[in-house]
Amino acid sequence: MALDKNGIAQRIAQELKNGWYVNLGIGIPTLVANYIPKGIEVEFQSENGILGMGPFPFEGEEDADLINAGKQTITVLDGASFFDSATSFAMIRGQHVQLTVLGAMEVSQNGDIANWKIPGKMVKGMGGAMDLVASAENIIVAMMHSNKAGESKILKECTLPLTGVGCVKKVVTELAVLEIKDGKFHLIERAPGVSVEEIISKTEGDLVVPDIVPEMHFD
Amino acid sequence: MNKVVKNVEEALVGIEDGMTLMLGGFGLCGIPENSIGQLVKLGTKNLTCISNNAGVDDYGIGLMLQAKQVKKMISSYVGENDEFERQMLSGELEVDLIPQGSLAERCRAGGAGIPAFFTPAGYGTEVAEGKEVRVFNGKPHILESALTADFAIVKAWKGDTEGNLIYKAAARNFNPMMAMAGKITVAEVEELVPAGTLDPNQIHTPGIFVQRIFQGEKFEKRIEQRTVRKNA
Repeated sequence: MALDKNGIAQRIAQELKNGWYVNLGIGIPTLVANYIPKGIEVEFQSENGILGMGPFPFEGEEDADLINAGKQTITVLDGASFFDSATSFAMIRGQHVQLTVLGAMEVSQNGDIANWKIPGKMVKGMGGAMDLVASAENIIVAMMHSNKAGESKILKECTLPLTGVGCVKKVVTELAVLEIKDGKFHLIERAPGVSVEEIISKTEGDLVVPDIVPEMHFD
Repeated sequence: MNKVVKNVEEALVGIEDGMTLMLGGFGLCGIPENSIGQLVKLGTKNLTCISNNAGVDDYGIGLMLQAKQVKKMISSYVGENDEFERQMLSGELEVDLIPQGSLAERCRAGGAGIPAFFTPAGYGTEVAEGKEVRVFNGKPHILESALTADFAIVKAWKGDTEGNLIYKAAARNFNPMMAMAGKITVAEVEELVPAGTLDPNQIHTPGIFVQRIFQGEKFEKRIEQRTVRKNA
């Protein structure tokens, strides 16, 4: 069965490594914080100026001065720090943040990503996404395999305005874990009960399929 | 040097039609809300506003958009604002969208006397159109220029009569860089104290960057997305 958003987040959380600083984008990526594996210590960076971000506050304890990059009220954990936006993006550009997880509208087989603009329809701006994808060592895209019209978002080439070029290394969808290598998607894992055929049929880009494609494993 | 002005009216004297303003804040967090209220009252027009966001329909810079005071917005993210979208799609409002880190660094550069810098952000995208590209360490970068403003208007938690500022939590965001990049920088603070009250070790923006400071009359501090967890 295809994963739900929480399942995608839980699978991405398995990629976390001890000691990493991690930036989570808005949407599914935010949910990754709920599934940090046992024994793994990571710290979350929010590009509006927070390291050591914690969960949402208890009711009545919201602070208008303490929000995340999605403008949601949050808390901080012991050892947190605050800083200005230039310092925040110095952390990102300077590759002090080890992992970026973000959503996308399209990803192409050479690692291009589009997630900020639909010409004539939606122009909200790129926020910090262009800085993040241009600099992060590890970028994982969390998204659904197809758009609402049923068209594949895993493409040979992006059709929408790009956010970054050749930067995505891994994509986790409700159906599969894909790696991007040598200008092709590589099928690494499939969601429990999802067939390789279904993944192939919903992937427009070139997909390398090994003889055995293991199912994702959840504890 | 005493930087204190009586009130918001005095703080914004000299702002004229057609000027470029920087306004601190991220979303509605850390915005100079008293000054925005005064700008709406003044009715100054044809402004170029540099601010990470454009407020929401009925708050923050959204109020200036409603009053059609803004000619051009320079921002990184402008969602959550229907009037903004309408004005942009109809061509009434010019919009320059800039990657957030580049926006922060361009303000910092403007205040730090650095005319331009290379960054990897935006390479290969429409942000790079018309910009010089150079390869450093095997990676392409684009040339981004510094930003300055006739007035930079920032919001801080505490300030002293010398213009030294301390911000609170995530309300710091763009305020320190913008404070550096204004020809005239106005700081509105929640609490204005005599020089010597704030610990010099804790100052975020040294007073040299601030020309005028005042204590805001009222801070609504609206929350854009109130998210909570259940009490255990």
